[in-house]
Amino acid sequence: MEYDVIIGLEVHAQLLTETKIFCSCPTTFGDEPNTNTCPVCIGMPGILPVLNKKIVDFGIKLGIATHCKIAKTNIFARKNYFYPDLPKGYQITQYESPLCEHGFLDIDTTGGSKRIGITRIHMEEDAGKLIHDLKGHRSFIDFNRAGVPLLEIVSEPDMRSTDEADTYLRELRQLLVYLEICDGNMEQGSFRCDANISVRPKGSTFFGVRTELKNMNSFRNVHRALSYEIKRHIDVLRSGREVTQQTMLWGETANATRSMRTKEESHDYRYFPEPDLVPVMVDNAWIGKIRKTLPEMPRERRKRFEEGYGLPGYDADILTQSRDVADYFEDCVSLLDSPKEISNWIMTEVLRVLKGGTADIKALKVTPRMLTSMIRLIDGGAISGKMAKDVFNEMAETGKSSEEIVKDSGLKQISDEGHLKNLAKTILEDHKKEVGSYKKGKTQLIGFFVGQLMKATKGKANPELTNKIIKEILEE
Amino acid sequence: MKISLTEVEYVARLARIRLNEEEKARFLKELNSILDYMDLLSEVDTTDVSPTTHTQHITNALREDIKRASQSIKDTLANAPAKADGAFIVPGIIE
Amino acid sequence: MLDLARNFRMGNISPLDITEKILEAIRHDPLNAYITVDETGAKNAAKKAGEKIRKENNNPLLGVPVAIKDNICIKQMATTCASNILSSFVPTYDAHVVEKLKKMGAVIVGKTNMDEFAMGSTTNTSNIGTSKNPWDLGKTPGGSSGGSAAAVAAGLCAAALGSDTGGSIRQPASFCGITGLKPTYGSVSRFGLVAFASSLDQIGPMAGSARDVAVLYDAIKGYDPKDSTSVDIGYLPTTLDGLDMQGVRLGVPKAFFGEGLSTNVKKAVKDGIAVFKELGAKIIAIDLPNIKYGVAVYYIVATAEASSNLARYDGVRYGLREKGADDLIDMYMDTRAKGFGIEVKRRIMLGTYALSAGYYDQYYKKASKVRTLVIEDFVKAFDVCDIIIGPTTPTPAFGLYDMADDPLSLYLLDLYTIPANLTGGPALSIPCGFTKEGLPIGMQLMAPAFKEDILLGAGITFQDHTGFHEKRPQWNMM
Repeated sequence: MEYDVIIGLEVHAQLLTETKIFCSCPTTFGDEPNTNTCPVCIGMPGILPVLNKKIVDFGIKLGIATHCKIAKTNIFARKNYFYPDLPKGYQITQYESPLCEHGFLDIDTTGGSKRIGITRIHMEEDAGKLIHDLKGHRSFIDFNRAGVPLLEIVSEPDMRSTDEADTYLRELRQLLVYLEICDGNMEQGSFRCDANISVRPKGSTFFGVRTELKNMNSFRNVHRALSYEIKRHIDVLRSGREVTQQTMLWGETANATRSMRTKEESHDYRYFPEPDLVPVMVDNAWIGKIRKTLPEMPRERRKRFEEGYGLPGYDADILTQSRDVADYFEDCVSLLDSPKEISNWIMTEVLRVLKGGTADIKALKVTPRMLTSMIRLIDGGAISGKMAKDVFNEMAETGKSSEEIVKDSGLKQISDEGHLKNLAKTILEDHKKEVGSYKKGKTQLIGFFVGQLMKATKGKANPELTNKIIKEILEE
Repeated sequence: MKISLTEVEYVARLARIRLNEEEKARFLKELNSILDYMDLLSEVDTTDVSPTTHTQHITNALREDIKRASQSIKDTLANAPAKADGAFIVPGIIE
Repeated sequence: MLDLARNFRMGNISPLDITEKILEAIRHDPLNAYITVDETGAKNAAKKAGEKIRKENNNPLLGVPVAIKDNICIKQMATTCASNILSSFVPTYDAHVVEKLKKMGAVIVGKTNMDEFAMGSTTNTSNIGTSKNPWDLGKTPGGSSGGSAAAVAAGLCAAALGSDTGGSIRQPASFCGITGLKPTYGSVSRFGLVAFASSLDQIGPMAGSARDVAVLYDAIKGYDPKDSTSVDIGYLPTTLDGLDMQGVRLGVPKAFFGEGLSTNVKKAVKDGIAVFKELGAKIIAIDLPNIKYGVAVYYIVATAEASSNLARYDGVRYGLREKGADDLIDMYMDTRAKGFGIEVKRRIMLGTYALSAGYYDQYYKKASKVRTLVIEDFVKAFDVCDIIIGPTTPTPAFGLYDMADDPLSLYLLDLYTIPANLTGGPALSIPCGFTKEGLPIGMQLMAPAFKEDILLGAGITFQDHTGFHEKRPQWNMM
């Protein structure tokens, strides 16, 4: 029997705010344990939460970008459960009325564009971090992460394959990065994903028993874990057994999923409205203000890059991965109308210097003006493409303009036809034997002559022009 | 009976309170008598009545996103029953 | 308290003198009013205040010895909530109200006894044992702010802070013959008040007279951005001249004079109302049809919130941790079994149940809706009257352990005080008479939100025409 796969994803995105959701502690990742804590985020007796306005701003921003309905009245709720990383014994979250609902995200699949429903987006606080010392039978708790703001983004169970899930995740991650509300770093846990998976016989309309899959901390692991779990479901069904509803953990080293032992016993979270926080009313003015700050969405921009600039899909995809890189590209194009040439330079040299995009393009010493000026030098024949790479490196290193570099190092290409003709004549005089062979038909020797001339000019001769001149003389 | 012994045990587990047999029996009796009293509420018609969570109608108590110094790690751990290396310690957890 | 401030300025006594007298009396205190006494801190604060007395003659709190209920955090002073689970807990922060009192130069004597986590109305549930009523050592001072009430009545401090979730300031104030105010929810910051039921809790002043209560209320009220439920209105100082009762409409709810009200209380309160009538007040019979559901609503909402508020006492970051468990769940269960007393456990159980799957709508949600109806009753009532008046409690102080074995009967005694917590409005208890045996009786005045000035004004006028509040108990340090 063939099976349909049904996947819904729950993403937790840590927000790029300066401070935590309910206190003024920093949200910095990787600091010494418990140094970014205060009575609020470690849940001391008598201490009260105060909501960071920026969390709501960010939530609205994502809500608009995913075409959601934004709730006018926002109530926080307590989700009650005991776990040592949860300081208050409850997590402050939204339950009955999430900030955003009923939205969607379009993704590109092999079968064309597909719309994935966004069920809800809500605001909540992160928990602390447990570090297990298995040998010592104890666990350490670091509350630096406790109270870091999260948006939980819950999709509809609309994905039908691991690839679709992967594409949705990448699309969502890119959107968050574009909106500058999350850094999208999966390894550091600022972009986390849980999945709900079920399978059902092809063609049927009911939903199979689902399992929840956790602990997938990279795109690669999401892919592997989903594939594994789907296969496990199908194997269980094929063998005539039933899938148990439970939470599974992905084990990277074991390359398998396993049932989670803790937190499982009860899902009786006893949600009720958080009495320590008052309702947050979001009016149209607030939504309008946020809407004005919204950049063009990556998907639309990618399309515009393809259609407007005539770039191949591959180029458009890479250039729009980051909003800053895309901005850089468009700044260049506004200075010089050679989109493909600019794209080539960005995809190769610029991204190489930026270490594939992990470094900040805003810190790059080569400004769009400098890059386009250099491309003009190539187009005008002043430098060769090969020379330009050295020029670019020097620009990136020193911040000097290409003109300056060319002038200082005498790098300028020799394109004076008279001068080149004289040089060519001398070289042909010096290599009479080879000229003879050429004339007898060994025309591939042209490369040899060009090479000699290049050697004589230390590579500064314009290669195309040199080639043309030598050919002309030999065929006279 | 409003609440059964099994439910008393379930609730105690949810609330993470170990009860001895005597306490279970006592709470079974007392909670039932209290819950019987609570039945009073069932006679009230609350159709179209919205629940009250807050008595004052204030909204949007918000804070600007401005960093302030955290407290010292000494203060954070001042009351910790068990600590080491700047962290709180609990018995081992296997996930 | 105001007398004391006057005497400081006249040089009749110094803050240090009175502080030392009080500390000495506390050493021989038969009332068990305090959990923690800060002798060194109090003396230092008194000395400092003494040096400033001449310069700050407009500050009625300067040098005044005050006591703080032990669920209000003071930096570097144990805050136990009368519970084993917090017996070793020392906050690293001051409650907002404490910060204010310290700034004004009040002398904080120590932390007063209470029911564990403010759950009770006798102080019987305290982990250090019950406090006693200074009018009769065999009687309860009431609770949960029983230590504060007993200390004020006996002169073991000039004034005190309590907290009131369902009557915990007003009931002990009435049992101990003092004046106590449950302020409007949101007018006094809860920052640093260890939460029992967040939507009902409010810190308030307890003192010998309505004037003193007004002065202490003015010192602690005000907007605090650290408490999201704090209300930012322009707070004005309370006038201490008293309210002209001419034409003031006093609403008397039938429901407050029904079954269960003891005859001596009924008589004293009726006499008290008569005093106002003579001063020109209009007496209006009012109806509060949903008030009979108050106790049920309260014990669902309060315990539900409490079950969540008390989840943080898990032995991980502070407080008691029961040793020996090598499994996490055992650690939780043992710690909380040993750390909480029976009443706290009972309420956590009840509240957990009221929120649990399958019962939420029937209990918590239902109660939250009926709460709306109770609030609507009061909104309607305040259309026709300015103050609602009645007894604070159905009975005067009862024997120390009389109610120990009957939780429900004890809960039912809160019926007059609970409504103000459910509505969030202010309520004042003032002494209005005594029983034949000499036990004080309290009368409760309620007003719409943020109308403390009317309540305190009426209280001041009443006390200017009566002497109940001036009578001292059998046991007092003076």
